[in-house]
Amino acid sequence: MYRQARYDEPLLNEMHSTEKKDIDANVPTILKRENLELPNIPEYEVVRHYTRLSQMNYAVDINTYPLGSCTMKYNPKLNEEIARMFLYLHPYQDESTVQGALQIMYELQEMLKEITDMDAFTLQPAAGAHGEFTGMLLVRAYHEFREELEKRRNVLVPDSAHGTNPASAAMAGFNVIEIPSNKEGMVDIDALEAATDESTAAFMITNPNTLGIFEEDILEIAHIMHKNGALLYYDGANLNAIMGITSPGKMNFDIVHLNLHKTFSAPHGGGGPGSGPVGVRGDLVDFLPVPIVNYDGEKYFLDYNVKHSIGKVRSFYGNFGVLVKAWAYIKRLGGEGLKNAAIRAVVNSNYLKERIKEHYELPYKELRKHEFVVKPKNATALDVAKRLLDFGVHAPTIYFPLIVHEALMIEPTETESKENLDRFADIMIKIAKEADEAPEILHEAPHNTSIRRVDDVLANRKPVLTWKMYMEMKEKGEIDY
Amino acid sequence: MIPEDLKYTKTHEWVKVEGNKAKVGITYHAQEQLHDIVYVELPNVGDEIAKGDNLGVVESVKAASDIYAPISGKVVAVNEEVVNSPELLNQDPYKNWLVEMEIAEPSELDELLSAEEYKKIVEEES
Repeated sequence: MYRQARYDEPLLNEMHSTEKKDIDANVPTILKRENLELPNIPEYEVVRHYTRLSQMNYAVDINTYPLGSCTMKYNPKLNEEIARMFLYLHPYQDESTVQGALQIMYELQEMLKEITDMDAFTLQPAAGAHGEFTGMLLVRAYHEFREELEKRRNVLVPDSAHGTNPASAAMAGFNVIEIPSNKEGMVDIDALEAATDESTAAFMITNPNTLGIFEEDILEIAHIMHKNGALLYYDGANLNAIMGITSPGKMNFDIVHLNLHKTFSAPHGGGGPGSGPVGVRGDLVDFLPVPIVNYDGEKYFLDYNVKHSIGKVRSFYGNFGVLVKAWAYIKRLGGEGLKNAAIRAVVNSNYLKERIKEHYELPYKELRKHEFVVKPKNATALDVAKRLLDFGVHAPTIYFPLIVHEALMIEPTETESKENLDRFADIMIKIAKEADEAPEILHEAPHNTSIRRVDDVLANRKPVLTWKMYMEMKEKGEIDY
Repeated sequence: MIPEDLKYTKTHEWVKVEGNKAKVGITYHAQEQLHDIVYVELPNVGDEIAKGDNLGVVESVKAASDIYAPISGKVVAVNEEVVNSPELLNQDPYKNWLVEMEIAEPSELDELLSAEEYKKIVEEES
């Protein structure tokens, strides 16, 4: 049975002490600053504090992390080693002194082009949603250049879309129109055709979709967009299912964002910043953000010469450390390795689905790609998710996609061995049985974690966002904890 | 849980006609599907809204869901109470209306669902 550490750990500012600590005693008075409101805590106490917090935490390095559409694969430590080599670069350094760093960026652009069959990439966006927003700005710029922006006001998204898709389109000033799914869990082509006309700017879609189902009609979808003068946007969150097998370019997409922190193994989810490069093809190349990294045959350089660039979307050159990690991952696996990772991710997902499908409902089609969606037969998704924590497994994504009520969206990734998948399946089956025989165990879960079930309703209705806010609300009697 | 004297939409809004005005809210089924509602966003008084357009948003810990205007018309009142205490929608979704609209096209009322028709839709969904 899994047991998580449980400390009554104070916040750092609650640990503040006016008493002189021996560490302090070694610092000459002349070097001490009195004007900083930093807690007075010796280094070793800070280290212990964070070590204890880490023991109350959960991570990819602890156990299975089947969070759907997040691709929580293992983050190879070699990536960290390589990224660390660049720790002391400064963004204002002269290009001639950072040729190695620029070479890595250039090579990464080239490799991402090959993987996606796009013509050019920007590495600037800081994460997936930022990539989507950049992509939507490119859609705007493209239609504006063709003097069609005024009539092309609508961006279409499937009802199974990641929530960031409609948000990004709306942020870029478009109206969002939702396209329903058909009985097989794919885009309803007739509804799409009916909704598409010269008011359509783009269709945003992820393939395979959030149900883990490959959109078989993708070429037809691309055709419907292109014959109406609209663009097709690929949300790369689920690229892990198709790397080396097919590509957004082969499916006739115009714009692609990737999540280097998902597909290409850089850490995320509190473990590090993301990176959401955007690739385009055809005329769209002329609109990319600057700078692009280029090579003139002798040296690598930052190229600000993009004809109709939408400008900069990020300070300096994107999240460079993440770029290095993705570069290292791709270099180490090579084309064959990436393809094997995709195949393994799909096999793992289907193996797990087969093992649990008698105990959970599986809506829509049988065959899935890298992830699948089930719903509990006799419990809420929330209860199952909370109970999983008791067994040392991170909960899958729940209540998403919205078209499946009580959805559990499971993505094991290629990381997990058959033994781990079997262990996870056994736990899922055990929880399904508990739901029938002793449902109160589920209602009260988690039992073994640092923090028991959080009152998420209260947290949403009365959000306490900072320690200061907490102290003030407590004083006013607005909260009683 | 589906009062006979109200009219309904496929998207789980209810409409209560009062003279040339109508109150709009979300149904029992809607709040049940959403679980605990934590946030409500409503239009401004005076907004002209066409049938089918976005009338507001309700959010639960599970999901955010758009509310669609069942009829066209001007917003004449919004229920600030539910904005301040979203849990009212879980407690009594029929008493706690969201928006009051002027009925611009009385013929649109005929397109709304009866309690019986709406009941069928809820049954099909579950």
